[in-house]
Amino acid sequence: MSTYTGNRGLDINEPLLFEIGNLERTGVEIPEIEDFENALGGLERSGPIGTPGLSEPETMRHFTRLSRKNFAIDMGIFPLGSCTMKHNPRLNEKMARIPGLSDIHPLQPFSTVQGSLGVMKELADWLTGLTGMPAVALSPKAGANGELCGLMAIRAALEDTGNAREFVLIPESAHGTNPATAALCGYKVKSIPVNDKGRVDLDAFLRELDEMGETIAAIMLTNPNTCGLFESDIIKIADAVHNIGAYFYCDGANFNAIVGKIRPGDLGIDAMHINLHKTFSTPHGGGGPGSGPVVFSEALAPFVPVPYLVADGEKLSLKEALDGTDKAFGRLTAFHGQMGMYIRALSYIMSHGEDGLRQVAEDAVLNANYILEHLKDVMTPSFDGPCMHEALFDDRFLKGTGVETLDFAKAMIDEGFHPMTMYFPLVVHGAILIEPTETESKRTLDQFIAALRDLAKAAREGDVERFTKAPHLAPMKRLDETAAARNPVLRWRES
Amino acid sequence: MRYLPLTDRDRKEMLKSINAAGINDLYRDVPKEAWLNEPIGLPNHASELQVERHFQKLADQNQAAFSGPFFVGAGAYRHHVPASVDHLIQRGEFLTSYTPYQPEISQGTLQYLFEFQTQVALLTGMDVANASLYDGSTGCAEAILMAQRVTRRRQAILSGNLHGQYRDVAETVTQFTDEKMDKLEPCPENPEQDYERILRHLNKDTSCVVVQNPDVFGHIRDLTPLAEAVHEKGALLVVVVTEAVSFGALKSPGEMGADIVVGEGQSIGGGLNFGGPYLGLFATRDQFVRQMPGRLCGETVDEQGTRGYVLTLSTREQHIRREKATSNICTNSGLTALAFTIHMTLLGEKGIRALAMLNHKKACELRDTLKGIPSIEVLNKAFFNEISVKLPIPAAAVVERLAEIGILGGVPASRIFPGVDNVGNILILAATELNEESDFKALGKGLKEVLK
Amino acid sequence: MIKYSKDHEWIRVDGDQGVVGISDYAQESLGDIVFVELPEVGASFSSKDEVAVVESVKAASEIYTPVGGEITAVNKDLAGDLSLVNSSPMEGGWFYKIKISDLSELDRLMDEAAYNKYVETLS
Repeated sequence: MSTYTGNRGLDINEPLLFEIGNLERTGVEIPEIEDFENALGGLERSGPIGTPGLSEPETMRHFTRLSRKNFAIDMGIFPLGSCTMKHNPRLNEKMARIPGLSDIHPLQPFSTVQGSLGVMKELADWLTGLTGMPAVALSPKAGANGELCGLMAIRAALEDTGNAREFVLIPESAHGTNPATAALCGYKVKSIPVNDKGRVDLDAFLRELDEMGETIAAIMLTNPNTCGLFESDIIKIADAVHNIGAYFYCDGANFNAIVGKIRPGDLGIDAMHINLHKTFSTPHGGGGPGSGPVVFSEALAPFVPVPYLVADGEKLSLKEALDGTDKAFGRLTAFHGQMGMYIRALSYIMSHGEDGLRQVAEDAVLNANYILEHLKDVMTPSFDGPCMHEALFDDRFLKGTGVETLDFAKAMIDEGFHPMTMYFPLVVHGAILIEPTETESKRTLDQFIAALRDLAKAAREGDVERFTKAPHLAPMKRLDETAAARNPVLRWRES
Repeated sequence: MRYLPLTDRDRKEMLKSINAAGINDLYRDVPKEAWLNEPIGLPNHASELQVERHFQKLADQNQAAFSGPFFVGAGAYRHHVPASVDHLIQRGEFLTSYTPYQPEISQGTLQYLFEFQTQVALLTGMDVANASLYDGSTGCAEAILMAQRVTRRRQAILSGNLHGQYRDVAETVTQFTDEKMDKLEPCPENPEQDYERILRHLNKDTSCVVVQNPDVFGHIRDLTPLAEAVHEKGALLVVVVTEAVSFGALKSPGEMGADIVVGEGQSIGGGLNFGGPYLGLFATRDQFVRQMPGRLCGETVDEQGTRGYVLTLSTREQHIRREKATSNICTNSGLTALAFTIHMTLLGEKGIRALAMLNHKKACELRDTLKGIPSIEVLNKAFFNEISVKLPIPAAAVVERLAEIGILGGVPASRIFPGVDNVGNILILAATELNEESDFKALGKGLKEVLK
Repeated sequence: MIKYSKDHEWIRVDGDQGVVGISDYAQESLGDIVFVELPEVGASFSSKDEVAVVESVKAASEIYTPVGGEITAVNKDLAGDLSLVNSSPMEGGWFYKIKISDLSELDRLMDEAAYNKYVETLS
């Protein structure tokens, strides 16, 4: 049925702020000031800015209504492969808001911020302990910034020996940030093939290494990889890379599968970023802020960027200056990185402890395998054997049904689930990558599995409309992305 | 383990149902030599109460901003944030959602990003803004790389009065590209000198000129003539603004001829948080939109013709272009952008203008306080809410002494320009709406004592 | 005469004048085209140089000129209606005209039959 307002029960339409606010309205009270002689040097803003305001009750309602148009982990399973959408404990939020930790300026004298530096020190100790790697750069702002940090350290170390080299080897299955980062470090990218087991083709890789020899600066590998599998030849790969004087960068996006059970340092890795917003549960917040500290091997430790922690007995400080007294490759951000995220991650890590983190990894892997096993007769897993923390399927089971991966995903929305990652990794056709994480209960998994089985059956039985017109029940139907890109409307303008 | 829903019984049942002998059976692809045979030796799990006590203990070792008179700025500012901002951003639908890749169930995030982009474009006086970057400093480096793509030139001139750490970031991020950074010397006492140097260095190979306004020492200036000179040479003008509240009082960078505006948005909706997470604002002109880094939200319609929003122009980004992407950036700062949008909505036109003028008035009071101390020279003629002074002794020592008597009295310029000769005695101080008369009195008294 | 490259560009040749666009297979694989960046008239390129960029919602692809020469015209209609690339890739959706500097370069390209066979091997 249609309604007079266009609203549908709890699903209430909300216009843009610019259509309901105006330039007179405000939700704050700023004390009136008497006229005074300003010192703006004649640079006062002349005309209106044009940013409308709302009163506080209107503001609450505007954003509350918007919030209800979002799916979120707090509502249901959010099985985006490679993204580790796990529960975000609210204790972490509370800790990050303790005034004695949040109301601290980054440029206060070190003597006044010993507690904040203590948080950094404790987090650093946990990250080096869990990874078995001796050094850490906390400051990278997110995963991609961490990759940049790792690769810059590698380049700096190579330049230190007088030969920066030319190429970075990256598997076809890698995240897009990997080649983008390599390019920013002045390296050419050479793609390495994946074998029919979903892993780096060791023979092809060794051949490549043989041929290219010392032109290779580094390999960038994700482990567990983007197909959700452990790179079983990883130690051989690391040895071969080290033999030609190159370095091994690991994309640590999938650390959740092995945290507390396997230390990257024991695999021969030289640098690895850790997405605190994945493994250590800092909230994704609709797309950031993230945080991507990088751990380093002994060989790369001297090149860690500023700022880094320095301990003088009990007293902590930061080395901030690029003064040539060390080999730091530079500075990646003003100030010291995502402190608010350090606190949340440390709160999460302490809550779990070493025993709990091991259980996190095991439950994440168990949940993914539970899904893989209970769907493998109706969907098509891309590779044999158990997976790590995420299960990868391709679209062979949809062949001839008239339903594509995208349609299948949109039909999941109607069932009350967030879709999984689609069309990534690129090495399988119509990829469906499901990462449940450890914070889903057996009851949720059973319902999820039953629903996907029902969808697979419906696709086979020709109920195509259920898919191609999906979602039927979301706040919006499918959106026209072509129109959005052909004629970009990127802001509101008065019409 | 309060965050793990599986019970031991669940685990047993599940393992049995998938025919696994035990959990380690699922890890059988891991090489044997990589197995940890015994615990690492890190602490085991802790209760909520234990964790809370631990963090409170750490907090107690800090001398927080609220504990006394506070004048620290230089790229991060302490402002009052309405209670409703933090309440709204903690709604689970915002806090625990992901990048809006499924627009049908992410309209909440997408609509506020569209509102955010509009607010940023209006404040900066530009055509279009992106959905945010990590922070101001990384945004500044991205602007330099973007100017290189637009002009196909390779030399950026960095004003001496650009925040020292921003300069370091720009230099670091571009060190392995063929972009050259021409870093000028800071001019704390005479911003005109910086301006003249830029004009002298400007040539046909210049890709962009990066200036901060208000600059790191608090000086403000009309950039219009500079913009004209830069454009005459076919280069772009990048304007960095680290104090977003200043948009409410000053002529916008767009109005003065900026081609790219980079801002640190922390002042609106954000706390100090010891340096992060903050919020990178990034705006430009329509013609450069496809060279812009970061995510963009755009308006469209759904199959029924209902207006809605999607992420768009994503072919610029790394997941499609891989090594040819405009940037390697993946995440933005969604939640801090939301805080900014909510705070801006509460402020409105009226609020942001009043707040900006109140900040400026407080800074005038700060100036008057400092002028009353004979051994101190105030360096700014025109400023917004931050000023610099020249002390008779090194500023770092003065700041330490002030901290001992409970006053957080600004940032010594040597902290952000380490190793630079002419800034040792320069102290940078900010005032905001949070400063009261008693703070100024305490500062004046404290400085007199320390400089005695 | 019409010839095709392995990168799915076609070129229709008349004397030393060529018209270049992307094949039906290419537009089909890319999906709805949302952006095309065309070269400047008067610019010169060698064969296999990147001359243009074409983008759909989900993909971006560089266009390499199948032969070298000087650009003599670009398709102005695309500015108003990009859907021409999808609806009429071989006619209304052409990209640019080029004055071919070395006609022998055409010999390295495929004719229609060979191209169709090549496309079959891809799917």
